[in-house]
Amino acid sequence: MSDGPPTLWEWFARNWDTGRVGSISNLLSDHLVMSLVPIVAALVLSLPLGLACVRFRWLYQPTSGLMNILYALPSLPIFMLLISVTGLSQTTVIIPLTFYAMAVLIPSVVDGLGAVPDHVRQSAVAMGFTPVRRLVQVELPIATPVVLAGLRVVAVSSISLVSVGALIGQGGLGMLFTRAYQNPFLPPVIVGIVGIVLLALVADGLLVLAQRLLTPWVRARRAS
Amino acid sequence: MRRTWQGGYGPATNGRSRVITFDSVTKRYPDGTVAVDNLSLEAPTGQITVFVGPSGCGKTTSLRMINRMIDASDGQILLDGTAVQTIDPPTLRRGIGYVIQQAGLFPHRKIVDNVATVPFLLGWDKKKARDRAMELLEVVGLDPAMAQRYPFQLSGGQQQRVGVARALAADPPVLLMDEPFSAVDPIVRTSLQDELLKLQSELNKTIVFVTHDIDEAIKLGDRVAVLRVGGRLAQLADPKTLLSEPADEFVREFLGHDRGIRRLQFISAAGLRLRTDLTVAEDAFPADSDEPWLLIVTPDRRPVAWVTPRRPEEREPYGTFLHGKDNMRSALDAALLSPSGCAVAVDEDGKVVGVATREALDEALAEAADV
Repeated sequence: MSDGPPTLWEWFARNWDTGRVGSISNLLSDHLVMSLVPIVAALVLSLPLGLACVRFRWLYQPTSGLMNILYALPSLPIFMLLISVTGLSQTTVIIPLTFYAMAVLIPSVVDGLGAVPDHVRQSAVAMGFTPVRRLVQVELPIATPVVLAGLRVVAVSSISLVSVGALIGQGGLGMLFTRAYQNPFLPPVIVGIVGIVLLALVADGLLVLAQRLLTPWVRARRAS
Repeated sequence: MRRTWQGGYGPATNGRSRVITFDSVTKRYPDGTVAVDNLSLEAPTGQITVFVGPSGCGKTTSLRMINRMIDASDGQILLDGTAVQTIDPPTLRRGIGYVIQQAGLFPHRKIVDNVATVPFLLGWDKKKARDRAMELLEVVGLDPAMAQRYPFQLSGGQQQRVGVARALAADPPVLLMDEPFSAVDPIVRTSLQDELLKLQSELNKTIVFVTHDIDEAIKLGDRVAVLRVGGRLAQLADPKTLLSEPADEFVREFLGHDRGIRRLQFISAAGLRLRTDLTVAEDAFPADSDEPWLLIVTPDRRPVAWVTPRRPEEREPYGTFLHGKDNMRSALDAALLSPSGCAVAVDEDGKVVGVATREALDEALAEAADV
């Protein structure tokens, strides 16, 4: 062992799995939970809300207005507000990230459903689709590419935003930055940045793959 | 290729055609606009009834009231005596084929699954539904290789064929067609129209067809309902009667100026007097013929060219019509294509049956004008 400061790789290997809370592997899994839960929750919430906004047009303006305001609110005061309810927990990070994701996804769902051509909707009605079946088998599949595009933005931004949670001690890989703040030592910062970027790339890649599998008709259209 | 269409497809229909009755049907919108005004007519079983008229005449509204895409304000529409208002809309619609202008195909489904849409809705076994779809692609003249493509990979005309196949998939007794051919180019439109007529001669569906094109109405309709703005029926007649006896000035104007010529298409050319003594072989050209024109034919009696003894070295073009099948309009058209003014009657093999001279055409036209 040399006497100087550890190299990047040495530091990484030593801290990957120390069995303690702050080990890199634990931070990574925290990061995954705090970014995936908002993505999934936002999708689950945005679908019915988006549908409601399409069904009742008057609902869309106030909903998107409210979502934009939530999006504009800085995360720190929201954390402060939530700490009194949910404490210094992951939930305190997950809730605002879910709202941020919804601010992107609700318009995606509305735009996606708006992209269903009127003659397609009409012909579905004329073929004898019931409203629910039409939604599930015709309108949602046609809306999928637009929703997935929104989901890609949301996935990458959520993964990146989790690090802000470090302010309340719940930042996943973002925690590595705060350590460097106290002690000017670069390896944790680099591991944190690379980890987050890799995570974002993997998530985006998986979504692109999902897009190809779910909407082969879109890919074929580009090819033609 | 002939197919039989005797029922057996799906629970909602039995393949039997049905009569559609409009009984004093009115559609009034909340703002007071009347789209359809007290419309009463019958679309008979196994026939094509065309709704034609300028925009705003309520033709599409009338069509859509049949499958309850729009509900009538007053009066009722009956399907074989049953008021459509008493039938649950999805159930009603699955028993009625529907074709629209832009085809309305589902972009996310392959062609085969687009065609199988209604069978899927009716809960058919997937394989049976797809087999049926493949069968229909053939019926509408599409290459089976298209089955695995997506709609945008097809031309407008091909998409429209898929639209027709989809409408026929569950063998509904009734077919509604809303300007199905107006978005394709004229050549494709003509061939789609011809194929619809050919299909109909085998299927005998009760078809209601909406168009703004009077020529299309006259070509396709067994009966043509001319509607005027405000949704009132101006005239309901077969195309021949419509052309010879328009009910009023509106119908006369809507029919346009050449309705006399168009009437000729309802008069068979089979009765034309044909001369068989005007054909000569290429090398047996008589030097001393009294006839102004002679038709040179090949040894197996196919037409080659017209020639006049005054200029024996010149070859002039000819026009043909199908003997026993074509109408007087085609015969006259054939005559006008040639400087000889004569029309060549050919059989299905393209062999010359005889020649209709100007005199023969004159006689037939005089008779036609007499009707």
